[in-house]
Amino acid sequence: MNDTPPNSFRNQPDDRGHFGEFGGRYVAETLMPLILDLEREYRAAQADPAFAAQFDDLLEHYVGRPSPLYFAERLTEALGGAQVWFKRDELNHTGAHKINNCIGQILLAMRMGKTRIIAETGAGQHGVATATVCARFGLPCVIYMGAEDVARQSPNVFRMKLLGAEVVPVTSGGATLKDAMNEGLRDWVANVHDTFYIIGTAAGPHPYPEMVRNFQSVIGTEARAQMLSRAGRLPDLLVACIGGGSNALGLFHPFLDDADVKMLGVEAAGHGLDGDEHAASLLGGAPGVLHGNKTYLLQDEDGQITEGHSISAGLDYPGIGPEHAWLKESGRVEYTAVTDKEALEGFQLLCRTEGIIPALEPSHAIAAVADRAKTMGKEEIILMNLCGRGDKDIFTVAEKLGVEM
Amino acid sequence: MTRLSNAFAKPHPAFVAFITAGDGDTAANLDALVTGGADVIELGMPFTDPMADGPAIQSANLRSLGAGTTTADVLQIATDFRARHPDVPLILMGYANPMVRRGPEWFAAAAADAGVDGVICVDIPPEEDDALGPALRAKGIAPIRLATPTTDAARLPQVLEGSAGFLYYVSVAGITGKQQAATAAIEEAVGKLKAATDLPVAVGFGVRTPEQAAAIAAHADGVVVGSALVDLCGEFGEEAPAKLEELTSAMVAAIKTARA
Repeated sequence: MNDTPPNSFRNQPDDRGHFGEFGGRYVAETLMPLILDLEREYRAAQADPAFAAQFDDLLEHYVGRPSPLYFAERLTEALGGAQVWFKRDELNHTGAHKINNCIGQILLAMRMGKTRIIAETGAGQHGVATATVCARFGLPCVIYMGAEDVARQSPNVFRMKLLGAEVVPVTSGGATLKDAMNEGLRDWVANVHDTFYIIGTAAGPHPYPEMVRNFQSVIGTEARAQMLSRAGRLPDLLVACIGGGSNALGLFHPFLDDADVKMLGVEAAGHGLDGDEHAASLLGGAPGVLHGNKTYLLQDEDGQITEGHSISAGLDYPGIGPEHAWLKESGRVEYTAVTDKEALEGFQLLCRTEGIIPALEPSHAIAAVADRAKTMGKEEIILMNLCGRGDKDIFTVAEKLGVEM
Repeated sequence: MTRLSNAFAKPHPAFVAFITAGDGDTAANLDALVTGGADVIELGMPFTDPMADGPAIQSANLRSLGAGTTTADVLQIATDFRARHPDVPLILMGYANPMVRRGPEWFAAAAADAGVDGVICVDIPPEEDDALGPALRAKGIAPIRLATPTTDAARLPQVLEGSAGFLYYVSVAGITGKQQAATAAIEEAVGKLKAATDLPVAVGFGVRTPEQAAAIAAHADGVVVGSALVDLCGEFGEEAPAKLEELTSAMVAAIKTARA
């Protein structure tokens, strides 16, 4: 980070973990010493070439990186505008970008001598990725999952159990992802001596947002080199979907100082931003404090957190990573939102034009790409992070399309 | 703040009673705590995501929000309490987001107008004091900080810097209402804290019986009880005041004999 210019967009957060006014360490005192310890250990790991070497080795041989950069020729033809390229992170082991971060965090956990792993999960993708790395390294693992999500995502619950994880259905509050995160924090505060909390997105108290972003930045670092090698130039527009925002930051961050590269983050508009049934924290929320950081939140006028809605369980979190809040206010990244219906159309478009079944999360990004590509010239390039595959979503999609399975 | 220092200047350790605002007839419940002999009142501000709380206070938060409690309601409860009990210190306790939603200055002014003496914000550690602390201090409201078993000697000065009223020692690394720490461990911890500050030290988390309260009162300047009282609010509803007064009286009696 020392080689970034003074006006760089890549030198956040500051030494207190603040991205402008966002981020920070809003945790109970019991956790504060642990958070400080985590930061010290992470800085030591960053400075240790052996840590990076082990991370890189696992990403190559266990996760299957680098993921391909793919020119979507038939989709490009169908849209009739800019060239559409995909970073194929859905081809990773476990089927999404989540594993990149889990590898990094479990290596850090072991470096810190922690012997027990906990995590929260919404759709189950982060839970599966966490259970996977715990099985790989032989650590016991407890996954907190909202009881509503346990019922909606039974294949992923079974996957986690096959991998040896204990899945705890959370019935408190609204029994969804934010409540699972509350329960993860409650477990952590009671077991700080031996437990490492693998947070699944670029949110939470410092240093998590920075750390998760850095682990996920392998996406953008690879893509930038692949793009230069294949197309001989940088893309004109990057697009990624955003729940907490880790896949988007992973793609965007290595490009932030490339002034000619525009960026578009796509939130979930659910049934539409004009009502309450959406999960667009940036476009439909307001700044506040939750789960260890200051960021944009879905909340009422008294600061009570409201439930997000999206067809995609991976996007219906009422907050967003604090770096996105800062990138929005700085104007460096543009944010938009895509409805359930549009995402479903994006999902089907990719299935039929490219033979790729995407997850519902990046289907939101596909819908935004389809919209933008038509307004751009044929010589222009859009690079989208295809961050997850859709096997997990076929039951949801079938139901929405009125198909009996 | 004078009310707070008076409460800790009594000949016996202070009994600090917590209930959640808007969970039942809060005015009647608060009056029962005062009648029972509570020296300091902590009024919980309900929040949708009480991540440091155990099942008892989580449920109280949900009951209160389910009944439609707003921030304005909480402040009105405080205002009315101050009118009825001009000398009993009142503290608001809760999470950052409802406190900072309209800006820290707005909250500090509203709390001061309501006659609030101190504020405990669970998820604003000293590192993020700017988010609320300066606004509270400007209005003469005590920012009351928490110390925990994980707060080591190196960190303690930072926790004490800018805190006022009393120091709240969270006796267990965990959530509210669960197990209690061993008395010997509490004695040692309180001794270290008192060596580092002139602020009174009150101990809470997991204190459910008069016997436990007495054991803590032998060493601490105050005993905080929350979940056990909140459970009574949940279980007895409109009948809760009598139960609250009964338990409070028993706690206070035990505390008064603790150093005899």
